[in-house]
Amino acid sequence: MSLVNAKNLSEVKLDEAQTRRDRRNTSLQKWLTVAVFVIPGMVVFVVFVLNPIAQSVVYSFYDWNGLGPLTDHVEFGNYERLFAHDIFTKSIQHTLIIMAMSLFIQLPIALGVALTVSRGVLPGRRVFRALLFIPYVFSEIITAIIWLYVLHPRDGLVNVAIKAVDPSFQNQAWLGPDLVLYSVFAVLVWKYFGFYMILYMASVQGVPKDLEEAARMDGATELGVLRYVTIPLMGPTIRLTIYLAIVGSIQQFAIIWILTTGGGINNSAQVISTYLYKYGLQRFKPGYGSAIAVVLFGMTFIFSILYQQFIMKRDYED
Amino acid sequence: MNVKIPRGGTLAIKYFILITLCIMVMSPIATALLGSVRVTGDFLLRPFGLPEGEWQWQHYTEILLSHTFWRSMLNSLIITVSTVVLNVSLACMLAFSFTKLSFRGRKTVFNILSIGLMFPITVAILPIFTQIKQLDWIDSYWGVIFPLVAFGLPQSTIILRSFFIAVPNELADASYVDGCTTFGFFRYILIPMARPAITAVVVIQIIISWNEYFLPLLILNDDDLWTLPLGIMQFQAQFGTDWSRVMAYVTLLIIPAVVFYVLTEKYIVTGLIGGELKG
Repeated sequence: MSLVNAKNLSEVKLDEAQTRRDRRNTSLQKWLTVAVFVIPGMVVFVVFVLNPIAQSVVYSFYDWNGLGPLTDHVEFGNYERLFAHDIFTKSIQHTLIIMAMSLFIQLPIALGVALTVSRGVLPGRRVFRALLFIPYVFSEIITAIIWLYVLHPRDGLVNVAIKAVDPSFQNQAWLGPDLVLYSVFAVLVWKYFGFYMILYMASVQGVPKDLEEAARMDGATELGVLRYVTIPLMGPTIRLTIYLAIVGSIQQFAIIWILTTGGGINNSAQVISTYLYKYGLQRFKPGYGSAIAVVLFGMTFIFSILYQQFIMKRDYED
Repeated sequence: MNVKIPRGGTLAIKYFILITLCIMVMSPIATALLGSVRVTGDFLLRPFGLPEGEWQWQHYTEILLSHTFWRSMLNSLIITVSTVVLNVSLACMLAFSFTKLSFRGRKTVFNILSIGLMFPITVAILPIFTQIKQLDWIDSYWGVIFPLVAFGLPQSTIILRSFFIAVPNELADASYVDGCTTFGFFRYILIPMARPAITAVVVIQIIISWNEYFLPLLILNDDDLWTLPLGIMQFQAQFGTDWSRVMAYVTLLIIPAVVFYVLTEKYIVTGLIGGELKG
């Protein structure tokens, strides 16, 4: 009896050891598998995204010529110079103006068009969607070059077209200091409103038709249905597009740079990203340039965290 | 259920608004096309209009016979294909590990990757430039490819993750019971199932890397390595006042973009919506 027990016991012990070894093997194997899938992508991401960003935080505290070692530590000197520079404060203002126009003009247009195109019977829906969306797939360079012609102060399409309707019209310098910011904004709308329209169209499709129908049965007008049923149900998409429009206007670069040949006359269209390129890169001042970059992504970062924490949180379940 | 028949008036107003908008959106493109087959003088006098005499094809033949145009095309293709292949392979692996492998720190790694969504190449361009310089990749395709891959990774991974989540875990369990390895499940079950999502990500990444301007502008100094966006900028700088000639180049770049859009429309929409709305 006791012998049998002892034997059983040792067998049990053996078994336990085996499973433990198995478990250790499988856990090692599991971690190897995880490593194989996670490490390549994360290494590329850390080396080419996180590391450069961390480095620019470091550079921003030095007066550095980009060559040789970092020696001239200047504390917040670069930031102080940055905020003392009136062109930089102007750039921030211009960025904010473009952002505001994007929120209060571009998004409502895109929403309006999406509601027009997606709801009800509309033969040719796909053609309209394609024609309005197509500029989104063009490169920023093609966009900028086409519009350099369209907005040309003498022979441009806009001037010629307006003159055809109203012969007394005087040619306008659309890219001159007075109008340039609005012209740039118009070009951005031309290129990007189709993107927002597509997002809204997908969202309209997700609004249950019977809810709209029920509201109509209860005597709601078509505007009432939009105001109290359709648009509230598009909430998550609308909140998302507000986010994308804000972050997008902070980051806009190539179109503005080319249309305004480096920020416009008297920096009339200088925005933060073009300021970064002009004063940080072209004049090769990596320390100063990094301080601009840190301000730029600091703005994006803080805004993103706050917006996602307080506004978008309820839209995501996980 | 009674089908609502739209009143003619509403439909007419809708068409009026939409057609006006389409004309506004399309007229710059139309003028570019019309301008490219005329001489600049004629073009500037009447932006809208077909050639009155001969169609002027010489701008096209000139560009199409030039070595630099095809060289830039080849460079753009090399960079786009390499970027997309690397980006999508890495993103598939990451999305797989974030959905179908469970390990400690998974959420943290995913959050770290998501931070990348907030940083476009533009804001980090300066340190990227120094980084590429340290790697001695100035004037090398890699210097453009790797940053593009890395900055596209968060977006691609998040889109793919939203689709991979929808693949039931029971499917993975069943395949493991049948003796399938983790790699086998990834390669032979998950990837084929997710083909539409992967195509969508490929399409979006093609658009992004094909159109990228800032990064190659800084990294590639040798004009033999220039991509099409750099090529057309150079062309515009050289012939800026000869609008017809510039418009011919613009048209040559618009046509493939439009064809690409028509062929991939469905996937572009999926890619944008899937990515932005998490499935």
